[in-house]
Amino acid sequence: MNGLANASSLFFLSAGLSLIFGVSRVVNMAHGSLYMLGAYIAYTCASKLGGMLGFWGGLVATAAALALVGTLIEVLLLRRIYHVAELFQLLATFALVLLLSDVVAALWGVEDLLGPRAPGLRGSVEILGHNYPQYDLFLLFLGPVVLAGLHILLSRTRWGTLVRAATQDRDMVAALGVDQAKLFTAVFALGSALAGLGGALETPRQPANLGMDLSALGDAFVVVVVGGMGSIPGAYVAALLIAEIKAICIGLGTQHIAGVAFNFSKLTLVAEFIVMAIVLIARPYGLLGRAQGMPRHAAAMEDPLKPAGQALRLLALAVLVGLLAVPLLAEASPYTVVLATDVLIAVLFAASLHFIAGPGGMHSFGHAAYFGLGCYGAGLLLKLAGLPMAAAIAGAPLVAALAAALFGWFAVRLSGVYLAMLTLAFAQIVWAVVFQWETLTGGSNGVLGIWPPAPFNRAGIYYLLVLGLTVLGVLLMRRILFAPFGYAMRAGRDSPLRAEATGIAVLKVHWLAFIIAGSVCGLAGALFAFAKGGISPETIHVSRSIDGLVMVLLGGIHELAGPLVGAPVFTLLQDSVMRQTPYWRGVLGVVILVLVLVFPLGIAGTIAAWARRFAR
Amino acid sequence: MKPLLEVRNLRKAFGGVRAVDDVSFALAEGEFLALIGPNGAGKSTCFNMLNGQLAPDGGDILLGGKSILGLGPRQIWKRGVGRTFQVAAIWGSLTVCENVQIALLAHAGEVFRLWRPVAARYREEALALLGDVGMQAQAQRPARELAYGDVKRVELALALASRPRLLLMDEPTAGMAPRERNELISLARRLVRERGISVLFTEHSMDVVFAHAERIIVLARGRLIAQGDAATIQADPKVQETYFGSGRMLARRRA
Ligand SMILES: Nc1ncnc2c1ncn2[C@@H]1O[C@H](COP(=O)(O)OP(=O)(O)OP(=O)(O)O)[C@@H](O)[C@H]1O
Ligand SMILES: [Mg+2]
Repeated sequence: MNGLANASSLFFLSAGLSLIFGVSRVVNMAHGSLYMLGAYIAYTCASKLGGMLGFWGGLVATAAALALVGTLIEVLLLRRIYHVAELFQLLATFALVLLLSDVVAALWGVEDLLGPRAPGLRGSVEILGHNYPQYDLFLLFLGPVVLAGLHILLSRTRWGTLVRAATQDRDMVAALGVDQAKLFTAVFALGSALAGLGGALETPRQPANLGMDLSALGDAFVVVVVGGMGSIPGAYVAALLIAEIKAICIGLGTQHIAGVAFNFSKLTLVAEFIVMAIVLIARPYGLLGRAQGMPRHAAAMEDPLKPAGQALRLLALAVLVGLLAVPLLAEASPYTVVLATDVLIAVLFAASLHFIAGPGGMHSFGHAAYFGLGCYGAGLLLKLAGLPMAAAIAGAPLVAALAAALFGWFAVRLSGVYLAMLTLAFAQIVWAVVFQWETLTGGSNGVLGIWPPAPFNRAGIYYLLVLGLTVLGVLLMRRILFAPFGYAMRAGRDSPLRAEATGIAVLKVHWLAFIIAGSVCGLAGALFAFAKGGISPETIHVSRSIDGLVMVLLGGIHELAGPLVGAPVFTLLQDSVMRQTPYWRGVLGVVILVLVLVFPLGIAGTIAAWARRFAR
Repeated sequence: MKPLLEVRNLRKAFGGVRAVDDVSFALAEGEFLALIGPNGAGKSTCFNMLNGQLAPDGGDILLGGKSILGLGPRQIWKRGVGRTFQVAAIWGSLTVCENVQIALLAHAGEVFRLWRPVAARYREEALALLGDVGMQAQAQRPARELAYGDVKRVELALALASRPRLLLMDEPTAGMAPRERNELISLARRLVRERGISVLFTEHSMDVVFAHAERIIVLARGRLIAQGDAATIQADPKVQETYFGSGRMLARRRA
């Protein structure tokens, strides 16, 4: 029963996301943020105005306000990115997540805010010996009512017919002379209003808080993917399924299976992502979804690989010499050495992501999983297994590679937004497991006291170790990209059809690439653990995955040097600018938007383009 | 002589559309066989089943007497079937020469080599193949910059790189000028004869088909309606009716 009530607001959230995707083919990462915004606005209406008007009128006002916000977002941002590659769309809408998060924090503060209970529905009803809140029953019925309303809107009105036509064939609608721009705006506004309503309806049951955006986004992803992208009834079925599974997990609590205590309520976070992974594997287009068009690739614009020329080699050598000299600063400015270590680890992390995202064409949104696993792998091998640091650092990439082998096996079967969402889901699973398996991982506190032994306990010496391993990792991946395997990766990305018909086992190639990238990333994670002297779930958080993508794009996804330029610039930027302001998330959001809208080639890419023009 | 390729009662439907409907034909060793039919006749669908990209609903496909049903594109490629696509597909971010080098590396089973750079690998052979299709001068260009006709040539070189027994060419001349079409088909014909490769190809230009194909089979709405040499096909009333409508085009040809 509780599950059924939860399903309704989950359905509103997901129906909006699904509707927007169906028509515009944009996966709106900011959808959870709209939901959160809805919750905060409704809270303010209900608590400031108070009474019937404040609550019920607030719901209407919230939906209207979110429709307005949605309209603004569509007109100001989305219109400019309908024709760019999916990766950029995902990132641009993620930039909104960051911006909206800071807007909400600035307006409402960081405290959790629980709204008043719904006036008129405060009591409870007894059914079969259990007491159920009236409000839950109201929610339970509201879901099917809105589903029916949407159904009528979409099937019985001219506007709905156009939306459905646009979902099936966008060019046809354009050919019919319909003002497509207006249609897209209206759909986005409706989707946003639904998300806001979903958030608003939850305020009497759960406090509005700043973590809602990402958790709602995760839930909405799962529902939409399970139900089938673009399918509204699918979203309803999936919302029911997910909410029920969660409710059952909580209801079961701790059970004893074969003498072992097993806490099901801790499984809730993991359960939904497991369902999603299973559905994606068995029915890649969801329970009620249909196959979408071919994935778009930004790769067609890429130039052939060229071995480094004389000038570039000299530059690399000069940079290396400069990097080798950094420990000389250890006395004068210890912080420089620490920062330089961070930069190098970021380079290794970004380079490993670039390996699969660039030449491999797999835009992973969960690369932090392998970073975190490397981090925890190294930390736990040292702390629990009592291995020396060398063994822990060597073992970490293996741990990450194992996970990459498992997750990658599924991920390489998908492409585009589906791959992005599945990789994100896997990363969330890892995060949830690490977060909740307190006895092993220390839960939210992590594990402290992971310091390197002498002589590496001196920052300068440890820095040199990191430098050596980073250079090694980067050169190794570069070597692979120039070898047949690297070419096969790119061939499989450019035209999988042609590659298969020419005898290249595309899935196997991309799978191995995924494992290689995962293990290099695991190495970066291990180095991070010893650099920080501890491990925490923050290393696996979505925001780290996104940071990685921003580093890659900032440098230039089409250039081998991209991550080598992007990671340092990003890290230094984060260190200097973003630490100065409490609104660093908003700043990062703006940086991402500028990147996507103005410099899609990134720094190295732009320089390379200039160089080419100069050479002509 | 035993046929190289034998297709038996092949069927495939998309929803209600019977794209390929109970089609049977054979292709002898060394034959240059044309598969023709109006748009939407089911030619590409047929090709996609032959190279394992699509699973048939029914029927059987025998290569050298052995069924290749249920095998994927890569396994069928291993058994010596190369193909080109109606919408030509090559690897845009590689140079023309690298495209062919990778095809050769794949043929040699060296795709999973992680160390030795591609640069010099099979370069001579790749350039020779490009020379065969008249593309050697453009070997160093990024493949994505090529004109469409040249992409088709490179695709032919890619398909030849694995030394196939059977070559499937889906509209190898689509998007080309009439003279170019004839040249490309002559070229293909010469290359496969030198190498002893059998060919099944589709083609919309009747001039090209009647000038080059040794035998022709005709599909219409998924059904095989005629087969034989150029003269037989031209004279076939069913072909004239369903394929050429009024048959004006043939009349003009004969005149
Ligand atoms: N993947 C698919 N899904 C649904 N229908 C399809 C699919 N592929 C082909 N069809 C349909 O099957 C029929 C045969 O198509 P096919 O592409 O094989 O024709 P064709 O003879 O190659 O035509 P053309 O000369 O235009 O290339 C057409 O009606 C087409 O619409
Ligand atoms: Mg065709």
